[in-house]
Amino acid sequence: MARTLRRILANLPYIAIIALIALIPLFVSNLYYIQVLIFIGIYIILALSLNLLNGYVGLLSIGHAAFYGIGAYASAKLVMEVGVPFPLAMLGSGMIAGVFGYLIAKPTLRLSGIYMTLATLGFNMIFFLVLQNWMSFTNGPLGIMDIPQPSIFGYMIESRIQYYYLIFFLVLLTIGSMHRLITCRFGRALVGIRENELAAEAMGVHTTRYKIQAFVLAAFYAGIAGSYYAHFVKYISPDSFYIYESFILLAMLAFGGQGNLIGPVVGAVILIIIPEVFRFLQEYRMLVYGSVLIVMMLVRRQGLLGGKNYSLRLPWFDDQQGAVYTRGDKFLPTE
Amino acid sequence: MALLEITKVTKDFGGLEALHMVSLQINAGEIISLIGPNGAGKTTLFNCITGTMPPNTGSIKFQGIELVGLQPHEVAQQGITRTFQHIRLFNRMTVQDNVMVGNDYKGRTGIFSALFRPPRVAREETMSRQKCREVLSLFGERLLPRLAQNADMLSYANRRRLEIARALVSEPRLILLDEPTAGMNPYETQGIVELIRLIRERGHTVMVIEHKMKVVMTVSDRIIVLDHGEKIAEGTPDQIAANTDVIEAYMGGRQRAQAE
Amino acid sequence: MLSWFNSHYTGHAETKLIMDVQILFEQFINGITQGSVYALLALGFTMIFGTLRMVTFAHGEVYMIGAYVGFEIIRLLHPSFFLALAVALAATALLGIIIEILAFHFLRDTPHATSLLVTIGISILLVNLAQLIWGPETQALPYSLLDKIDYGEIEIGGVYISFLQMSVLGVTVLLMAMLYILIHKTKLGMVIRATAQDYEAAYAMGVGVNGIFMVAFAIGSMLGGVAGVLVGVYYNLFYPTMGGLYGLKAFSASVVGGLTSLPGAVVAGLLIGVIETFSVEFGASNFRHIFSFLFMILILLFRSGGLFGGRELIHARGD
Repeated sequence: MARTLRRILANLPYIAIIALIALIPLFVSNLYYIQVLIFIGIYIILALSLNLLNGYVGLLSIGHAAFYGIGAYASAKLVMEVGVPFPLAMLGSGMIAGVFGYLIAKPTLRLSGIYMTLATLGFNMIFFLVLQNWMSFTNGPLGIMDIPQPSIFGYMIESRIQYYYLIFFLVLLTIGSMHRLITCRFGRALVGIRENELAAEAMGVHTTRYKIQAFVLAAFYAGIAGSYYAHFVKYISPDSFYIYESFILLAMLAFGGQGNLIGPVVGAVILIIIPEVFRFLQEYRMLVYGSVLIVMMLVRRQGLLGGKNYSLRLPWFDDQQGAVYTRGDKFLPTE
Repeated sequence: MALLEITKVTKDFGGLEALHMVSLQINAGEIISLIGPNGAGKTTLFNCITGTMPPNTGSIKFQGIELVGLQPHEVAQQGITRTFQHIRLFNRMTVQDNVMVGNDYKGRTGIFSALFRPPRVAREETMSRQKCREVLSLFGERLLPRLAQNADMLSYANRRRLEIARALVSEPRLILLDEPTAGMNPYETQGIVELIRLIRERGHTVMVIEHKMKVVMTVSDRIIVLDHGEKIAEGTPDQIAANTDVIEAYMGGRQRAQAE
Repeated sequence: MLSWFNSHYTGHAETKLIMDVQILFEQFINGITQGSVYALLALGFTMIFGTLRMVTFAHGEVYMIGAYVGFEIIRLLHPSFFLALAVALAATALLGIIIEILAFHFLRDTPHATSLLVTIGISILLVNLAQLIWGPETQALPYSLLDKIDYGEIEIGGVYISFLQMSVLGVTVLLMAMLYILIHKTKLGMVIRATAQDYEAAYAMGVGVNGIFMVAFAIGSMLGGVAGVLVGVYYNLFYPTMGGLYGLKAFSASVVGGLTSLPGAVVAGLLIGVIETFSVEFGASNFRHIFSFLFMILILLFRSGGLFGGRELIHARGD
């Protein structure tokens, strides 16, 4: 009993924040603001997914928008042409994106450093070119229109506020699941690979398998975000998944920091809000993102919140590390 | 059967021959020192054993199983771990996490277990942490109070110790130590000497690359001497100390050993 | 293939054959022209990577800026091809030095990824600046001006080669020759080669390594800028995103040739140009862009050193 109470107290700030965000639609009536928040939600998931690769494993993938696009197109086609119900379609798009992640990861991860990065760029470009030119399958530059709204077991998502709660739920799932992955063997191995891949391998860590798993997961989450995006804006075209979209994610990670679960969130939030708050910057969105990349790398490479492993629990209740050790404990060898 | 059998291993780097027809044997429970002047090929031999740099020719058999051709993580899973000449820790991870990665391949928690957390996960985690504390306790009070500190905040000697702890946690049959006392003062060095003996008592076999002759002479059962990629001598500390080839290779090594 | 030709051309059997060869030759010239531009771009990129061992994502945008500079010179000052080339050369050299300072000079001790991200940022910046200055629409030189530059064509065996095509080929050959002389026959070239092989040793020998990096970047950017003017005038199309696809193709050609091999970049560029052009003939039109990326990926997977390299990858700094 006391332990559950302690747990609740420990997580109180997070519960409060979640409740606040959940109640936002009560205070904010301007639907445009709600829409901005929805986009923030989409980009939080995207940034977190790329963070798995660039932040936790320490790779540099610069073509991530491809998986976003795969999820979007897959979801649209599954619902519209195959008649799959939305929840299944979203899951399916994530898995399809994951499969592509696997197919791309297998040959690419063999390459070192910059070559791997160039390969991810190459795949993003190829994906974009295929989207643009395979008219019969993707409708080319015209894109896919009239994508239906999400229908979850008969409940239609129509209003912005309903969309808001859906993305809110998805963001919570994303952060929650990632936290679970990071705070156990999987996450430890990933960071070990990032810090010193040679040493990790020498200790028995199957580095290639972990990297591929991270790739597939990153693609999966991006695919989920893509699926949501398709059914939210109801029209998708290849332009949304060009390499500039990948670069926007890079700017978010560069600004907010990567390697933990908070930096990408901060990066996504701020880099979406700034062009909204400073209206005159709207047209110069890409200029802002480009400048962010340049300035952050020169001034603070690790981003605002990078470089630290922020635990998602408050430190004084942190029983993750477990080992509360005091001098003279019983497992010392007797001297 | 010998624990480790290295037979006629040759490794060259496009013209530069680092190892030439090196053969040796290690039996279970021994402490073997590998010595030789700089550039003799000692670390290269370690790299060949662990699969980081496979040899061009020759065979390396561990408990009868051929290691050449295995990936480094597969070699580790056979029961051989190592430390590195230039410390390779996971700098931005805590001391505990560093050691736990050493135990990674023994775990069974995959992605789905991580997400759904069946009770097995908690059990595995607790056992792993227990093992970490057990291994770290070998170092007395030096690392245990620092479980939650990041590895890059430790003192130099503690970093070397942490690397050894990380290599020990998976209970390897053979542990390779590459200059474990480099940069340590005599007091710390003595601690490592005792630690090596303790490791052998726990049932591990140890192969050490060392430059400090005093360490080599006091701790080894047998010494193997490499020079320019070839094995030039092998024997007990007394035999090696009297071996003229070895003395020549070191050019005054005997005097240096007496001075240490 | 033969039936395709047959369906296109009626007429006497012999004339048909001659015309087939003519078509092939014409397309070959087109392909070589296109390829030589790729080659120039790839040369510039290889120059930069070969010396600094680092990748720049802004190379395509340097090319684009060169094109626009040429555009303005011809439009505003004097419709001289060579004046445009000269000014673009100077402008992009300067731009190259600025990029080197921002993305590499201050970040010498940081991981490669940091510089990479800065060049991505610079690339985005340049595209959007171009959009602001010249507008996002495609610009073209008025034909009155263009005629002054492209004032005719010659005929070889029934195939027409325009003066512009010859200029492009001529400039490319000239620049490659000059680059070769610079790299292999001058003292500066020797210093650059030394720095490229081992910059720390060069530094120890008293070479001003920082300056050499800037010089290499300037040379590489100049080649890109010239390519920009050539393509811009040749197709008479100027738009802010023209550097995107071309820049990526320059990478691909460079990788295919072997990232530090100058001749490799040339051969790869020409190869890609010819294959792309012929693929259009056989109906691939929009898919032709895929070839360069496909080659790059194939090379990366099977012969990492590129056509002129070995089986081993050349390691970038920090790998």
